[in-house]
Amino acid sequence: MSEHVRVAVVGGGPAGLTAAAALAPQVDGTVLVLERERETGGIPRHSDHPGYGMRDLRRFISGPAYGRHLTERAERAGARLETEAMVTGWAADRALEVTSPRGRRTITADAVVLATGARERPRPARLIPGDRPDGVYTTGQLQQLVHLHHRDVGRRAVVIGAEQVSWSAVLTLREAGCRTVLMTSEYDRPEVYAAFDRPGRLAFRVPVRTRTRVVAIHGRGRVEAVEIEDLRTGRRRRVPCDTVITTADWIPDHELARLGGLRLDPGTRGPRVDATLATSGDGVFAAGNLLHPVDTADVAALDGRHVATAVLAHLRGAPAAPRGVALVADAPLRWIAPQLITPGGPAPARGHLLAWVDSYHRFPTVTAVQDGHAVGHTRLAWPAAPGRVFRIPHALVRRADPAGGPVHLGLK
Amino acid sequence: MNPTYDVAVIGGGIVGAAIARLLGGTPLSTVLVEGRDDVGDGTSKANTAILHTGFDAKPGTLESELVARGYHLLGSYASEVGIPVERTGALLVAWTEEQLASLPSLLEKAEKNGYRACRLVDADEVYRRVSALAAGALGALTVPGESIICTWTTNLALATDAVNRGVTLLRGKRVTGVTGGALRFDDGSSVAARWVINAAGLGADKIDELFGYDRFTVTPRRGELFVFDKLARPLVPVIVLPVPSKVGKGVLVSPTIYGNVMLGPTAEDLDDRTATGTSEEGFAFLRTKGAELMPTLLDEEVTASYAGLRAAIDRDDYLISLDEDQRYLLVGGIRSTGLTAGMAIAEHVVSLLSDHLDVSARPGLPPPPRMPNIGEAGVRPYQDAALIAADPAYGQIVCFCERVTRGEIRDAFASPIPPAGLEGLRRRTRAMNGRCQGFYCGAEVQALIENEGETR
Ligand SMILES: Cc1cc2nc3c(=O)[nH]c(=O)nc-3n(C[C@H](O)[C@H](O)[C@H](O)COP(=O)(O)OP(=O)(O)OC[C@H]3O[C@@H](n4cnc5c(N)ncnc54)[C@H](O)[C@@H]3O)c2cc1C
Ligand SMILES: Cc1cc2nc3c(=O)[nH]c(=O)nc-3n(C[C@H](O)[C@H](O)[C@H](O)COP(=O)(O)OP(=O)(O)OC[C@H]3O[C@@H](n4cnc5c(N)ncnc54)[C@H](O)[C@@H]3O)c2cc1C
Repeated sequence: MSEHVRVAVVGGGPAGLTAAAALAPQVDGTVLVLERERETGGIPRHSDHPGYGMRDLRRFISGPAYGRHLTERAERAGARLETEAMVTGWAADRALEVTSPRGRRTITADAVVLATGARERPRPARLIPGDRPDGVYTTGQLQQLVHLHHRDVGRRAVVIGAEQVSWSAVLTLREAGCRTVLMTSEYDRPEVYAAFDRPGRLAFRVPVRTRTRVVAIHGRGRVEAVEIEDLRTGRRRRVPCDTVITTADWIPDHELARLGGLRLDPGTRGPRVDATLATSGDGVFAAGNLLHPVDTADVAALDGRHVATAVLAHLRGAPAAPRGVALVADAPLRWIAPQLITPGGPAPARGHLLAWVDSYHRFPTVTAVQDGHAVGHTRLAWPAAPGRVFRIPHALVRRADPAGGPVHLGLK
Repeated sequence: MNPTYDVAVIGGGIVGAAIARLLGGTPLSTVLVEGRDDVGDGTSKANTAILHTGFDAKPGTLESELVARGYHLLGSYASEVGIPVERTGALLVAWTEEQLASLPSLLEKAEKNGYRACRLVDADEVYRRVSALAAGALGALTVPGESIICTWTTNLALATDAVNRGVTLLRGKRVTGVTGGALRFDDGSSVAARWVINAAGLGADKIDELFGYDRFTVTPRRGELFVFDKLARPLVPVIVLPVPSKVGKGVLVSPTIYGNVMLGPTAEDLDDRTATGTSEEGFAFLRTKGAELMPTLLDEEVTASYAGLRAAIDRDDYLISLDEDQRYLLVGGIRSTGLTAGMAIAEHVVSLLSDHLDVSARPGLPPPPRMPNIGEAGVRPYQDAALIAADPAYGQIVCFCERVTRGEIRDAFASPIPPAGLEGLRRRTRAMNGRCQGFYCGAEVQALIENEGETR
């Protein structure tokens, strides 16, 4: 079986649905969203608390409501949404192998948008040794257990990580009647915005231990304790608990990008893109957390809107190969997205370069250096903090030489 | 009143299942008893899953003979019942002059073991075959026959075959005593049998004591392993073996039958026979070894880590011995080759019994089972257009990372030996074994297990 569409969007999360809604009215032909879950909406489907839709919808709604809203909007725009349809690989360039209860088929498309999102690293990927008891979950699994399947979890949880998503886990645990007895962070300070952190700590009375890592999980059958280590002193102790949540520590779901031979960025581990979100594959684009693990859903959604321009240009026959000078993240920056920028050319989504930092800077100055020469610096009014995306106005690199070498971004 | 069986086999690992399967083909009535809630939940689930040619066994031992024979028996049984096997071949790589100098003697040893396909190759050839290997390899011995196999399906196929042939399978029955022809279980129940075969793996010495023996001690030798993401698989097209040393077979890098890459095992003697946890030291050691063998592998994600316990005993060979007076047979010390040798061990055991019992072939045996394919090399249900057209449940992917469908999960629960829980389901279908470890599908799989469990 095979089928041809104008645009195939892989992944029906905020990024994919928004891309489809933006494209469908403007494309002469089918815009098809392929989603492997039973419902579209992506991660927000099971993230049942308010905090979605601020930047894209100018609203403040719950994850499930947000997912439904984006789904309806894409449908109204004329996109075709197909659920329980998983793209398992490529048959050729822009030809997707798809499995669904309706059959196994190949879908060819004139343009493909990858919007497969990011996941949290589970325990094995974090190399936490010890026993292998039940009761160790990622936030994703926890929220599906509680919100979609109404399951009980334990009574005493240790949450690894203190990012925003970690507090989302605490909320879910509380709803399920499970107390968070400890949150650990390897950083000097909890990673979330102060606005969330203080009230969060007060409201939930969750002790947060910074500079602390979990070095082992104990328990036969069910979790009985974790062993934590204070990174400052090396001292270790056991914390009794019956549930462990491994939060944050994101990795893009880049399987299709890699199988398709797209060039990846070693920092984000997502496909390398230019400001228009074109990848190295002809007619293959990317959007959402696949590109920046991990930002909020509204930013992923706005990527989806942003990518439409380049997709339409490609459908009109314009060459869409990624262009621009390369951006390089220097420590303490871990990664930067997009990785290619044309000075004076198209701006990235929302005019921002997105970055990740490994240490906290209250008043960061970002510097741009090309071929040994400073080409820009900007002092920002917002902090650079580990565990959340750090936004840098792209005007920083507007004076870079379009024909020059890579531009190194760093912090001062 | 419970029946009295002709033979009771203790241990539902590969060895016990293989023995029970053969006995099921005779006029004897047989019961297979397993202490855990599933077959194949001991050492047989956590090994490096290589179908060994036996090239490096100690010549002249029973182990050497049975590994070589088992290699062929299991190889052809695998194609008959659909146990996934990939004939990848292996390279035994020398990293020092001393190791390089020892390769010819390993080749000779292989020939003494009856394996004649090994060749010596130079460093260029090594890198031609495995370009991602770290710099510094000096040469290698090729072992074209070494293959990778699905140890889970092997154990399950043998046990299913046994059950289909009329063997009674008792799960969750731990043998705690033997009195006058009866096995006593931890739950207070018992079963009567004329003969007892001890294939209890790590627990074999304890059972042996119940028969009044004090002839060996099992030392659990822990082996920890890393399983890397499937995206790493192109790095490792063949099994890369180290030159064996006195302490054991050493750390290997190998493709897995599920399309991943495996690094390990460590070798550490322990006292605790239940210590299947992993350790910081083990992880650190594996990371160091990985960096030495293939630095780029460490850039890939680790999908799983686990530990298996080899049943090492204080001698250099298998310990298989029949006690006519007590009508008792011990199968002990099946350390690091039992997956391969299991079917040959079973043959050997049955031939020992033939002086005492009627082990002639029984007519009218059912055909061997056809096992679901969970190997990456064959066609999986999610890829099979005709199968999905006939039954849409095979098009409904539940576990995305491993592409496990609703149809396969349903089938597992409807099979002759259904899983007792998530772990058993993982071994039958691969559900939740993938890179997300349940981030996406964990809750759904759990719900399916409970539903399927209820409807049965
Ligand atoms: C616990 C938690 C709490 C959060 N809380 C907030 C919050 O309060 N506010 C906020 O703004 N953000 C929050 N976020 C972040 C937000 O959920 C993400 O930013 C957003 O979901 C990213 O959207 P996306 O479209 O890039 O990816 P996703 O939402 O991950 O969507 C990707 C979709 O692609 C599908 N897919 C992947 N591969 C394939 C394939 N091969 N074939 C078919 N389909 C495929 C997936 O099933 C998925 O539906 C939270 C995240 C988590 C985990
Ligand atoms: C790290 C490692 C790597 C290995 N790699 C390979 C390889 O690549 N190739 C290969 O061929 N072999 C390999 N092996 C060896 C192979 O896994 C074993 O030899 C084989 O699994 C042994 O099978 P078994 O049936 O004897 O033992 P097991 O699988 O341990 O079965 C014994 C069973 O007996 C049960 N039992 C114990 N006591 C009692 C009791 N009192 N009552 C009831 N039941 C009881 C246990 O629950 C268990 O299920 C490896 C082993 C390890 C540990």
